Amino acid sequence: MAFNPQQAITKLVAKLLVTVVGMFIFAVWIMPPIYDVFCDITGLNGKTGEQYQAVSAEVDKSRTITVQFFAANNETMPWEFKPMLKSIKVHPGEEIEVKFYAKNNTSRDMVGQAVPSLVPYKAAEYFHKTECFCFNNQPLKAGESAELPLRFIVDLDVAKTVRTITLSYTLFDITQSAATIASIN
Amino acid sequence: MAHGPAKGFTRWLYTTNHKDIGSMYLWFSFAMFLLGGVFALVIRAELFEPGLQIVEPEFFNQMTTMHGLIMVFGAVMPAFVGLANWMIPMMIGAPDMALPRMNNWSFWILPFAFAMLSSTLLMDGGAPNFGWTFYAPLSTEYAPPSVTFFIFAVHIMGASSIMGSINIIATILNMRAPGMTMMKMPLFVWTWLITAYLLIAVMPVLAAVVTMMLFDIHFATSFFSAAGGGDPVMFQHVFWFFGHPEVYIMILPAFGIVSAIIPTFARKPLFGYSSMVYATSSIAFLSFVVWAHHMFTVGMPLVGELAFMYMTMLIAVPTGVKVFNWVTTMFGGSMTFETPMLFSVAFVILFTIGGLSGLMLAIAPADFQYHDTYFVVAHFHYVLVPGAIFSITAGVYYWLPKWCGNMYNETMGKTHFWMAFIGLNLTFFPMHFAGLAGMPRRIPDYNMMFADWNMISSVGAFLFGAAQILFLFNVIATIRSKRGATAEVWDNPEGLEWTVASPAPYHTFTKPPQIS
Repeated sequence: MAFNPQQAITKLVAKLLVTVVGMFIFAVWIMPPIYDVFCDITGLNGKTGEQYQAVSAEVDKSRTITVQFFAANNETMPWEFKPMLKSIKVHPGEEIEVKFYAKNNTSRDMVGQAVPSLVPYKAAEYFHKTECFCFNNQPLKAGESAELPLRFIVDLDVAKTVRTITLSYTLFDITQSAATIASIN
Repeated sequence: MAHGPAKGFTRWLYTTNHKDIGSMYLWFSFAMFLLGGVFALVIRAELFEPGLQIVEPEFFNQMTTMHGLIMVFGAVMPAFVGLANWMIPMMIGAPDMALPRMNNWSFWILPFAFAMLSSTLLMDGGAPNFGWTFYAPLSTEYAPPSVTFFIFAVHIMGASSIMGSINIIATILNMRAPGMTMMKMPLFVWTWLITAYLLIAVMPVLAAVVTMMLFDIHFATSFFSAAGGGDPVMFQHVFWFFGHPEVYIMILPAFGIVSAIIPTFARKPLFGYSSMVYATSSIAFLSFVVWAHHMFTVGMPLVGELAFMYMTMLIAVPTGVKVFNWVTTMFGGSMTFETPMLFSVAFVILFTIGGLSGLMLAIAPADFQYHDTYFVVAHFHYVLVPGAIFSITAGVYYWLPKWCGNMYNETMGKTHFWMAFIGLNLTFFPMHFAGLAGMPRRIPDYNMMFADWNMISSVGAFLFGAAQILFLFNVIATIRSKRGATAEVWDNPEGLEWTVASPAPYHTFTKPPQIS
C-alpha cells in the first residue's frame, strides 16, 4: 500500500499547525500595523500624520480655510485644557502657530497625553504638523500650567470643497501607564 | 478486537474512543446549555417588568455577558464537536478519529476553561460585564479584575477548538474508507470539514485579540488605548474578523445535520447535493469579507459601508440555494413528521426568518436605526436558537437510537418540540417589535412602552426553558428504556452509520466497509 495514513496525518497536522501560528502572528503583528497604515493613507478616524518637514514656502493666497480647535478631557482627566484660540483663518501653504493651555489643578504630579482627531477625514492627510505637543506626553507637576505649541501647514492640494477643518484633541490621563513603562525600562 | 470499554471513572478520563469522547462533549455542552439558560432566565425575569426588581444592574450586565459566552463557546460549539466525534468516523467508515489522544485532551481541557470562566462570578468585582463581544476599552481599562481569568479561559477554549478541528480535518482527509470519495461524503461531513477550516483560520485571531487585551491591561501596551496611540475601533475590526466566521462556525454543521434528516423523512434523496457543497464553501469564503457590517456606526467611509453591505447581501444567494434545496427535497416526498423532522422543518422556516432580518440589518443606512437594539437580539437569536440549537436537538433525536440502542418516546419528543417551538417564537418574535420601537440591548430597565412585548418574551423564555428539562428527561428515559431500536432505526435512511448495529458497537469499521 503506497498510501501511509500515519505519515499523511503527520504532514497535514504540521501544515495546519503552521496555519494556526501564522494566523496568530497575522492578528497580533501584521493586522495592527496594516490598520495604522490604512488609516494614515485614507485619513480614516481622523488620524493625523507624524511630524512633517516643510518642503516649500509657497502660499495660496486665493483660498482661505477656517481651522477650528477643540479640546476635551477624557472621562476622569481633571486638568484644565483648552485652545487659546477658538479658530483661525489660514491660507493653504502658510505655516501657523497656535497654542493650547493646560493646567494640572490637582495636588499630585501627573502625565497627560493628547490624542488628535480631525474632520473632515478627507482633509486629514493634507493637514501637516511641523510641531505638536501631541507628539510627546505632557508631564505637569501639581498646580503647574503650560502653553502647548502646535505648528501646522494646510497642504496646497487640499480638496477645493474643504472650507473648514476641525481639529480636536482629547487629553488622557496616562500617569499610571507612564509609571509602568518607566518601571519596565 | 473484542475488548470493550474500561470500567469506572478512568474509562472517561483516559478514553481515546471517539464515541466516548463524543458523548462527553454532548453531555458537557448540555450542562453548559442549562447553565447559560439559567443566566438567560435571570435576564428575562428582570425584564419581565420595567424597573429594577430582582438583580442589580451590574449583575445584570454580568448575566448578559456570561449567557453569551457560555452559549457560544460552551453549549453550541462543543455540541457540534460532540456530534462530529460520534458521527464523522461512522459516516466515512473510519475506525476512530485520526488523533485519538489529542481528542481526549481537547475535550478534557474544556471543563477547566469553563470552571475558570464561571468562577469569576464569585470573585471581587464580579464576572466579566462587558458583553460577549468584549469591546475595548470596556474590557480593558474599565474591566473588572476577573477579566484576566476570562482571557485565559478563552485561550483554553480556543486551544480546544483548534485541536478539535485539526483532528476533524485529519480524519476526513485521511481516514475515509476506500471508495468514499469527497463528493460521496455525507453533507454533515462536508459542512464540518469547511467549519474546521474556518476554526483553524479564526480561533488564532480570537486568541490574538485576547492576548492584546492582556498586554494592554498588564503590560502597558496600547493596542486598543487611544491615549497610547492605539485605537479602540481596531479592536472591533480584529474581533469581528474572528466573530463573523465564528457565527458561521455555529451554523454550517447545522446545515449538514438538516441535510441528513430531511431526505430520510421525505423519503427522497437530497436535492442538489453538489450545489449544497459549493454553497457551503461560498458562505465560508464570504464570511471573511463581511466583518464590518457589525460596525456600520463606527464612522466608516461611504465606500466601505457600501462594499460591506453588498458583500453581506451576497451571502443571501448561497443561503437561498440551500433553503431552496431543502424545500425541493421535501416537495412531493412521502413526508412523515417524527421529532427530528419536526425540528428540521422548523429549522428551515425559522432560520429563514432570521436570515431575512439579517438582510434588513445588512442595509447600512437602515442599520443605524437597528444597531444595538433588540432587533439585533431578535435576529441573532432567530438564527442561533432555531438554527444551531434546533438542529443539534434534531440530530440528537435522529441519532440517539443509534447511540444507545433504544427508541425515544415519540409523544414526549413531539411535546418537547411544540413547547420549544412556541416558547422560542413567544420569546424572540416580540423582540423584533421592541427593537424597532427603539429598545436598546443590554439594559436591566426600560421604558414603559416596551412592557407588553417584554412580558410576552419572558413568559416564552420560561416555557422554552421548561422544554429543555423535558428533553433531558426524555434522553435519560431513552437510555434507560428497554425499547430496542433496529440497526436502521428509520425507514431506509442513507449513510454508513445505519449499517452498524444499534447501539453502535464500541469499535466500528475496524475493517473498512465496501462502498459501491
